[in-house]
Amino acid sequence: MRGGGLRAYAVLYLVFLYAPILLLPIFAFNAGTIIAFPLKGFTTDWFVQMWGNAALRKALANSLIIAFSSAVLATCLGIFAARASTRFSFAGKGAALGLIMLPLVMPEIIVSMSLLVVLLAIGVKLSVFTVILGHTLICMPYAVAIMTTAFSSLDKSLEEAAQDLGETKLSAFRLVILPLVMPGIISAMLMCFTVSLDEFIIAFFLAGNEPTLPTYIFSQLRFPKSIPVIMALGTILVLASIVLLGIAEYFRRRGVARTGAKDTGGFL
Amino acid sequence: MAVANGKEAAQGLRIVAPPLVYAVLMLGVPLLTILAYSFFKDGYLTVVREFTLENYRAVWADPIFRTIMIRSLSVAAMVTLATVLLAFPVAYFLSFVVPPDRKALWIFLITIPFWTSYLIRVFLWKVILGFNGVINSGLKSLGVIDQPLSFLLYNTGSIVMTLAHAYAPFAILPIYVALEKIDRSLLEAGRDLGESRAMTFWRVTLPLAMPGVLAAVLIVFIPVIGDYVTPALIGGGKIPMVANMIQSQMLDQDNRPLGSALAVTAMLIVAVLAALFLALNRRFLRVRQ
Repeated sequence: MRGGGLRAYAVLYLVFLYAPILLLPIFAFNAGTIIAFPLKGFTTDWFVQMWGNAALRKALANSLIIAFSSAVLATCLGIFAARASTRFSFAGKGAALGLIMLPLVMPEIIVSMSLLVVLLAIGVKLSVFTVILGHTLICMPYAVAIMTTAFSSLDKSLEEAAQDLGETKLSAFRLVILPLVMPGIISAMLMCFTVSLDEFIIAFFLAGNEPTLPTYIFSQLRFPKSIPVIMALGTILVLASIVLLGIAEYFRRRGVARTGAKDTGGFL
Repeated sequence: MAVANGKEAAQGLRIVAPPLVYAVLMLGVPLLTILAYSFFKDGYLTVVREFTLENYRAVWADPIFRTIMIRSLSVAAMVTLATVLLAFPVAYFLSFVVPPDRKALWIFLITIPFWTSYLIRVFLWKVILGFNGVINSGLKSLGVIDQPLSFLLYNTGSIVMTLAHAYAPFAILPIYVALEKIDRSLLEAGRDLGESRAMTFWRVTLPLAMPGVLAAVLIVFIPVIGDYVTPALIGGGKIPMVANMIQSQMLDQDNRPLGSALAVTAMLIVAVLAALFLALNRRFLRVRQ
């Protein structure tokens, strides 16, 4: 096989990337109350305790509401931005898209602190709603990136043909473009959902007293006796992320195949 | 044609308006507010709208800020160096060795940890490195050590280690994209003209990959400077970085103007360093692919 040394290195690198995550299931099913070797035997107690925890269920409900709302909002806004970027040219396009994509490289502490200062100054009460505002902002660049790929692989003549055949601009978009980019839309929504579900900093500062899963986890890290439950919760969160991303990747590939483009792989 | 372009431009502007307005309201206005606050005076629990440079004077004169800024910069520099050096061979492997139909799978595998909860990944390092953690208890049960090693957690080294792990996938993608763009016939030409494999890599592949390497450096360096979670968890709150200092001024001390001045100063320093870094590597960015 070609590149034997490089391949071995790449595999080692993957092991290094995944090693900490693999500890989650190991200790989530370990009967010992402290996270240490040797293992103490198999148990599902931590999952049972997790399910019986009312505060955690509240955090889960909040997280799901926030993730769903931000995913829908960010994807809708992302469709507009991606459409403008792939189909139209206008003055200030670079600057406009630059600002829209900026949250991707901006440290989250700056995003959350500046937004917090404004919200407090105009007297908005911190709640689940303010977290949705913040998460929509940071999810938008991901949606734009995915939707740009989806739109740019489209043939412009399809839309023109629809208009020549008597459709209006809007109905041509709805009947021709939208079905073709649908896999991209689903992929973008799943991606935004995952980003929001796992996001900590913005939720930490903008949620007020409302817990989300990551801020609940953060609040519990101080108490050694709740760590095993956190390991169980972490296992489920990571599994959920992987499943969501797997489905997102499936739809992304289907979208690429549908428009007949060559798959270059990857999200970014 | 000009009329058609004008119409198209207007339509484009209309379509980009919703996300643009959102970004202006949720990011542009808040950033400008921070900038304005940094020139205001701090009253008790309020902000006095009077122009002053006192906040900036306080920031620059503060030895604690200097220490924390230098610490953040050196941590970010070490993390960037480690991630980019470790990532390059993986990106090279992805681009040159993996067959095209398997590339998407490899990239998917590499990016998955990046999408899983950042907080959980950082916390896991605390579990691994802790006093009663995985490494210590593992080594003890193997009989390698009698007493737990205490130097694993709560120091700059463990912060660098954790961040390097968390940001590893960030560095691979830009380098991979740059390598993918390289015209393979250039490499063959190098070999045909009598260069060795190593020299072809050094004189053809590496210079052409530099734009990707530069992008990787910035994409790791900038978020690491602003990292909040790792110093809080892995540093035990005793080794703050600049994000922790900003947060503490803004909320715990409730001094918004000083916190804003800190944030603006930190952003300026990072922007100047990034610009300087790009200027120094200007010749690599002019490369025609």
